[in-house]
Amino acid sequence: MDSILPILYLIASITFIIGIKMLGSPATARKGNLVAAFGMGLAIFGTIFLYKTSSGEHLGNLPLIFGGLIVGTVVGWIMAKRVKMTAMPQMVSFFNGMGGACAALISLIEEAHRDPSATHDPVHSLTIIAGLVIGSVSFSGSIIAFGKLAEKIKDLSFSGQQFLNILVLGGVAVLSVMFVLGSLSGLTFLLVLCALALAYGVLFVMPIGGADMPVVISLLNSFTGVAAACGGFLYDNMVMLIGGILVGSAGTILTIIMCKSMNRSLANVLFGGLMSAKAAATGGGKTATGSIREVSATDGAVLMAYAKQVVIVPGYGLAVAQAQHICHQLEHELEAKGVIVKYAVHPVAGRMPGHMNVLLAEADVSYDKLVEMEEINPEFATTDVVLVVGANDVVNPAAKTDPDSPIYGMPILDVEASRQVIVMKRSMKAGYAGIENELFYRPNTSMLFGDAKASLTALVNEVKAL
Amino acid sequence: MDPATLNMVYLVILMIFLGIELITHVPSVLHTPLMSGANAIHGVVIIGSIIVMGEATDMFSMTLGFLAVILGTLNVVGGFVVTNRMLEMFKKRQ
Repeated sequence: MDSILPILYLIASITFIIGIKMLGSPATARKGNLVAAFGMGLAIFGTIFLYKTSSGEHLGNLPLIFGGLIVGTVVGWIMAKRVKMTAMPQMVSFFNGMGGACAALISLIEEAHRDPSATHDPVHSLTIIAGLVIGSVSFSGSIIAFGKLAEKIKDLSFSGQQFLNILVLGGVAVLSVMFVLGSLSGLTFLLVLCALALAYGVLFVMPIGGADMPVVISLLNSFTGVAAACGGFLYDNMVMLIGGILVGSAGTILTIIMCKSMNRSLANVLFGGLMSAKAAATGGGKTATGSIREVSATDGAVLMAYAKQVVIVPGYGLAVAQAQHICHQLEHELEAKGVIVKYAVHPVAGRMPGHMNVLLAEADVSYDKLVEMEEINPEFATTDVVLVVGANDVVNPAAKTDPDSPIYGMPILDVEASRQVIVMKRSMKAGYAGIENELFYRPNTSMLFGDAKASLTALVNEVKAL
Repeated sequence: MDPATLNMVYLVILMIFLGIELITHVPSVLHTPLMSGANAIHGVVIIGSIIVMGEATDMFSMTLGFLAVILGTLNVVGGFVVTNRMLEMFKKRQ
């Protein structure tokens, strides 16, 4: 009987590995997620009913355990089902924070249970402290990232922050080492350390720009993985170890890949906010000037209906206005007039890589119409009309021309190469990265102001009427 | 370091390489669901919270343990459900 649980853990570990592998390909991704979820269920119920403590007893407090599981399941399920597709990234951040907090709590309880008369075990202490510190940073950092993506928390950096960050991080490191060496211990000490780690999580994420949050979430995600793995060491539990490390390592690589797709280094993303605080204060980056041209929905419709090829560049503004369905309808009407319609999807369009694809898929836009940046860029020169719907930073030429710009070096969609660019925008407000866009002042650009949904509806009606 | 701990260290190293191997060459379209799926998997930390809860006898451990089980479950259930919702979108057009 005693060998059943380890076998369940083994099966669960395999489902995690296979699940992550399957998540990497569009055809198998959904199944992969379910495979991993199944393995997780096995591990959870196996632990509840088969786990034996060091004194050979089954786990107690079952009513409370099930109570917690039920509360968590109901709340988690409702939250995950109710969240709008546009708010998906901050939801992931929130759930990640919960995992981090869970790991930190486990460490606190383990320290409270420690037998004071036992000899000091550095490995045990290391896993407790690592779980606590990493879990706490991941928790508070994720909650700040959540707030930033929900636009409830603004970027904040102040002079001396860099110094304060290093001071807090140094404090955490020194106290942790003292704990591992056994010169400091006890629950009170651990609570102080926990508070410091929580503060560091806040300080760490605060100065990072909102547009870089996906990278931060991915990094914190891998942190939580490592915190979970600490639990694996604590309880000699293979499935926690394997699941945790796997996510820790895969998450780190994913973070680096994300940075690469923005053509930036991880260090630049994480500490760039601190460095650029001064540049922003002195007004770094050119401000675009000149006159803009407005276009009416009627004229815009005529331009598009008589074009050979129209490329739509969707951005977060489209998602906010919930305009993906009406956008799909416009695509239909234009195709009925014999126009070729494509969508140009920037790798970081929306709030996270792949976010825009999910949103457009929700509106039944055919997968083969979504063209990735590298493929569409050479095509802009032969495109008659580009319709930019609520996108800003991903079409900002400053990324190529202005070394002072915070987004300099990020690959962009070369929409300016096309014959005519129509930009749909609510106002002349700057984009998410908070910088001016000189594209709007180019001679071949015209602006169509208004809510994306209303403007698109007007365009659809005008195209129909032609 | 005792042999059991050393074995776990070996495992950690292998898992690091496996994780790297699994993620390389994933199209950027899938980065968000992949991150979300990985997020659900580290919810495995819930196993630890179940163990401390099951062994808890005092009020302090019971309270924190109960909280830990709830938070861990949020991570697992929320993580998998959100991932599934994202991936449902991809399924439709195949």
